[in-house]
Amino acid sequence: MELTGAQILLECLKREGVEVLFGFPGGAVIDIYNELPNTSLKHVLVRHEQAAIHAADGFARASGKVGCCLVTSGPGATNTVTGIATAYMDSIPVVILTGQVPTPLIGNDAFQEVDIVGITRPCTKHNYLVKDVRELAHVIRQAFYLARSGRPGPVLVDLPKDVMQVKTKFVWPDDVKMRSYNPNCKPHSGQIKKVAQLIRDAERPIIYAGGGVITSKAHESLTWLAKNLHIPVTATLMGLGCFPGDDKLWLGMLGMHGTYAANMAINNADLVLAVGARFDDRVTGKVSTFAPMAKLVHIDIDPTSIQKNVSVHVPLVSDCRLALEALKEELAPSLAEYDFEAGHMPWVTKVGVWGKEHPLNYQASETTIKPQSVVEKIHEITKGEAVICTEVGQHQMWTAQFYRFNEPNCFLSSGGLGTMGYGFPAAIGAQFARPDKMVIDIAGDGSIQMNIQEMATSVCNNLGVKIVILNNGYLGMVRQWQELFYKKNYCSTCMDAQPDFVKLAEAYGAAGFRITDPGDLDRVLRQALDTPGTVIVDVRVEREENVYPMVPAGASLTDMLLV
Amino acid sequence: MRHILSVTVENEPGVLSRVAGLFSGRGFNIESLNVGPTLDTGVSVMTITTEGDEQIIEQIVKQLRKLITVIKVVDLTDLKSVLREMVLLKVNANDANRAEILRTVDIFRCKVVDVSIDELTIEATGNYEKISAIVGLLTRFGIKEISRSGMVAMKRSIQN
Ligand SMILES: Cc1ncc(C[n+]2csc(CCOP(=O)(O)OP(=O)(O)O)c2C)c(N)n1
Ligand SMILES: [Mg+2]
Repeated sequence: MELTGAQILLECLKREGVEVLFGFPGGAVIDIYNELPNTSLKHVLVRHEQAAIHAADGFARASGKVGCCLVTSGPGATNTVTGIATAYMDSIPVVILTGQVPTPLIGNDAFQEVDIVGITRPCTKHNYLVKDVRELAHVIRQAFYLARSGRPGPVLVDLPKDVMQVKTKFVWPDDVKMRSYNPNCKPHSGQIKKVAQLIRDAERPIIYAGGGVITSKAHESLTWLAKNLHIPVTATLMGLGCFPGDDKLWLGMLGMHGTYAANMAINNADLVLAVGARFDDRVTGKVSTFAPMAKLVHIDIDPTSIQKNVSVHVPLVSDCRLALEALKEELAPSLAEYDFEAGHMPWVTKVGVWGKEHPLNYQASETTIKPQSVVEKIHEITKGEAVICTEVGQHQMWTAQFYRFNEPNCFLSSGGLGTMGYGFPAAIGAQFARPDKMVIDIAGDGSIQMNIQEMATSVCNNLGVKIVILNNGYLGMVRQWQELFYKKNYCSTCMDAQPDFVKLAEAYGAAGFRITDPGDLDRVLRQALDTPGTVIVDVRVEREENVYPMVPAGASLTDMLLV
Repeated sequence: MRHILSVTVENEPGVLSRVAGLFSGRGFNIESLNVGPTLDTGVSVMTITTEGDEQIIEQIVKQLRKLITVIKVVDLTDLKSVLREMVLLKVNANDANRAEILRTVDIFRCKVVDVSIDELTIEATGNYEKISAIVGLLTRFGIKEISRSGMVAMKRSIQN
């Protein structure tokens, strides 16, 4: 039977397992929208295309599946670029479908024409322009395969209008084979033996885990290794949740706003096992002084991550889960011969002392609400079991520090790109992925205004997404830098004219709460999180609170500013 | 140090800009780049000359391999290989210096491919050093125009 391009596209999405499609229509994609009602696909109409891609990204992070969004040509496509770059930096599998002008018009500066394949080349894993409907099924198959395999990432498929209209015979490609793409997933056994020996020989080992642990579902093997071999664990922002936040081997996050214990441990370790991490500058501080005493082992699926920022002693190109499983197999017999607990006792004790000397801390107050206490309260009320999204800024760092994540796929935050406006649409996507979970966007008053229009999307889909704004009336993180490094020149960081967030919630048909008194925090926050449907909680917090510890940009990890 | 990379790619639209964009986006430097078809119409070979220390070259090679449309990358620098460039030079020539120019052309086994009253157009083929030497020698006569191909390269059959 012959199908139109639009029908083939939707059939392919179904076969790829897409359940929800986040999108926004326009002239170039009307043919696709015309067919949508004839499918079982759920389409979620967002209010801005940036939200479509962030929602697809949030869906992907919360579910571990590929997220998918559909937008029109020209401005619809360019509106997704920030979200594509966000997903690219954090290696999130999403497929972006963009409309394009009809093929005969391409290159003519036609109405709503833009070279989106050219624009997104450097921020996608790969992208395609489909010029012939006979290639369509193949391209869609490849796009999903590329998005989810190897080091995942966003893949964009540009779909000219005429290609969606013409008919051809639909043939579902049984298999995807690409001679130019064969990601290496299995660890080299010789390297595994080397790493295992380094672990046996180490006196002061530490695991530094990144987002790759979550992507590859390596958290169980990681937890097994850490607990059985008595190795303390730290993680990057992207790695939070890969190891239980209440375990005694857990050091907290490392890096610029990492804990004293984590940064000191890295500095004193004799073996650093970097797993699914990429030695980002926000993590390493001054690279030349990073882990000065340690042998570095780097496990990552992407060869380009290895030896890029630091030179490592043992590189291991592999899927993190497969590598850690192989290590587990290699080291399990050693448990009988070596007493790792006794061997690492002095080290684990020392690390524990650092944790006690300078724990994550803040000055409590009776008169103003401390933002950190709000995060702690949310943790308490949700028993640490919510899916937490954040925007970008101080509130993001406080969330990372004080919501002790226990599970993977429960902390959704723009790590690599640091995209304000990410959290709320991502929360919408996450709520579709996890209808069973409470989804909370812990937001800043600045960031929330970047995609506030999605209130409409959340309300009309009856989503129970909760937004808790840590409202300091500032672009707080930038203000903090101005305070510390720019002589308090608070230029353009004070948010003078703010909307009334409670009325705003009500205007969208949602519930709004405001908390100004520390004495009300527990009661009103509980009430707000108990309220069905979309809710905004405007929490007026201490205005000039800073995030500590802080390693100034470019300084060594041990040069921490403490509370 | 200069490295010569032979990069086998899928012959499809945009592949050149993917490779060029990789170099510009990451601050790598392209000294010369040559692209041509192979016997397989679906495949092209690029020869890229680039410079950098070992760590940079390692990144360049890995980043190229990471591009979905790149099939194979070989760094020819450490291998025995045949390296060739071609240059066309339009040189000022008068009765006083024509003989001298032709002698140089002869020594370097170049060819004169076009002649006029006051110009000679010379075709020279060779490795990078030879081409640079010819250009250097002819400069004193006045080179009016120069068109230099990128490097093309091939691994030698016998490596030891
Ligand atoms: C799209 C975007 N623009 C600018 C920035 C730079 N930036 C980083 S944090 C920040 C302040 C965010 O303010 P707010 O959302 O109120 O969070 P707070 O730091 O006050 O908690 C800014 C402007 C960014 N990360 N993203
Ligand atoms: Mg703020």
